[in-house]
Amino acid sequence: MGRVLNEGEFPSDARAGITRPGCTDSDDALLKAEALREEFPILRRRIRGRPLVYLDNAATTQKPRRVLDAVQQYYQHYNANVHRGVHLLSQEATEAYEGARRKVQRFIGARDASEVVYVRGATEAINLVAQSFARPRLGIGKEILVTAMEHHSNIVPWQLVCEQTGASLRVVPMNERGELLIDQVPKLLSDRTVLFGLVHVSNVLGTVNPVKQLIELSHSRGVPVLVDAAQSAAHVRVDVEQLDVDFLVISGHKMYGPMGIGILYGKRGWLEEMPPYQGGGDMIASVTFERTVYNDLPFKFEAGTPNVAGAVGLGAATDFLLDVGIASIAGWEAELLEYAERRLCEIPGVRILGRAAHKAAVLSFLVEGIHPHDLGTILDQQGVAIRTGHHCAQPVMEFFGIPATARASLGLYNTKGDINALMDGVLVAREVFK
Amino acid sequence: MTHSLTDLYQEVILDHNRHPRNFGPLPQPTSKAEGYNPLCGDRVTVYLKMDGDRIAEVSFEGTGCAISTASASIMTEVLKGKTLDEAQRIFEKFHQMVTGQGLPDPEDEDFDRLMVFHRLSEFPVRVKCATLVWHTLLRALQEKEGTRGLRSDREGRAG
Repeated sequence: MGRVLNEGEFPSDARAGITRPGCTDSDDALLKAEALREEFPILRRRIRGRPLVYLDNAATTQKPRRVLDAVQQYYQHYNANVHRGVHLLSQEATEAYEGARRKVQRFIGARDASEVVYVRGATEAINLVAQSFARPRLGIGKEILVTAMEHHSNIVPWQLVCEQTGASLRVVPMNERGELLIDQVPKLLSDRTVLFGLVHVSNVLGTVNPVKQLIELSHSRGVPVLVDAAQSAAHVRVDVEQLDVDFLVISGHKMYGPMGIGILYGKRGWLEEMPPYQGGGDMIASVTFERTVYNDLPFKFEAGTPNVAGAVGLGAATDFLLDVGIASIAGWEAELLEYAERRLCEIPGVRILGRAAHKAAVLSFLVEGIHPHDLGTILDQQGVAIRTGHHCAQPVMEFFGIPATARASLGLYNTKGDINALMDGVLVAREVFK
Repeated sequence: MTHSLTDLYQEVILDHNRHPRNFGPLPQPTSKAEGYNPLCGDRVTVYLKMDGDRIAEVSFEGTGCAISTASASIMTEVLKGKTLDEAQRIFEKFHQMVTGQGLPDPEDEDFDRLMVFHRLSEFPVRVKCATLVWHTLLRALQEKEGTRGLRSDREGRAG
């Protein structure tokens, strides 16, 4: 890891956009983050007279110009319904929609574009798998396995389907550092287990779970795995073929794409076996009142007019991420996280939640004597946007015996200056509550 | 430090947060109610001891931010000895004040203490922090009164 730069301490050559052989990786990364900020118009906003410091990337990321442009271009120049028009606009819209699907396919390393299903987001993708894959296989005595650090979106859909079928939900526990107790997994997997739902990166603790190892373990017991990659796709490499994962879910808006678009990846064999999730237009091959023949994959799962603009924007987001490079994003965010944790620990009374050995750039913390909600308001007054609350992961809060945390979550455009602004804000809060 | 911050976190509020008054369960309450704000995780329980139509004793316990703790603490001080109708009238005015719909009459003595929350209207996302305990109190009163039909709005159900 390179030398740590203080705020304002940019090497003059870096400012001029020249890299010298002597420059460290850190300098290069900083240069990149500064240049990337230019791509995000919203980062120029001032909040209550101060520059926006956006540290709520786990909730949603900001959008680069090329995503904004892609969405606008679609509506401005070739807005039309897809898959059914003979006219040029419809052909262009269809091409863009299917082109974006192939971009996502490449981004996640899927073998075939037909394994990439557009949905509204990770939540809808999990509900789809719960109802179309799990429900027909569940019944009394059957089980779904999840982990102690799931987002509500990877808990509640399973509870619903368990209620519908009489099955039960089992949970892989974690330790105080926020790491899963992997040695407990073998005894939780059995021939009763229908699916293992597993979060890749915890949205509260930042833990990067060893998904490859857990998938292998699960497959050795004959149990398919769904990986919730909502928090990982924009931060660590996700490759479905390399992971050999059965299902993987993604939300576009957490990876610099638009809201209302997401991806369900499913192995072709599973998707073919599964009945449609919703019925309607576009998901059929033929319809009579006696019988309907469903369309091929992936259209079988895409009933109704889809979110074409969202898909096109998501495609642009994957282009953007691949151009920047997931490895360099991960490197920069790891450096920022290390810096942020070190600086936060300098402040008396700060407790960091989530101390996993392998962590992504999510930083949950508590400041002694200051409720996270008050801290959030005080930071907001200084233009610093963080999230406070239970982060849709109440079981995690319960595990740590706390009602809420403050959470700073980083993105590729954050800088050490942003972390310094967070620190200054926490010090102001301590001053208010002294 | 910005002015709005010092307006919001006035010393009185910070003091009630550090040393909440009437904190803890009442022995043998005539009624109690629990409130929960799922958005921020604040929890509060309000205990009441009624003397006919009058609040003889009121206390609270729970966890929450400085605004919710101070609001609960100050509420218990203001409401002791008040009748049910008076409590409801005070809450209506309090709600109007914190949502920016109008300040109470300057002569209104009940608001001597409650006025510290008047700048809350500039922080709309924090209004529920202050009103959670009031909605919970109204539910406790409702429980006591049975069918008397106190109004309960959406915030009340969220609480």
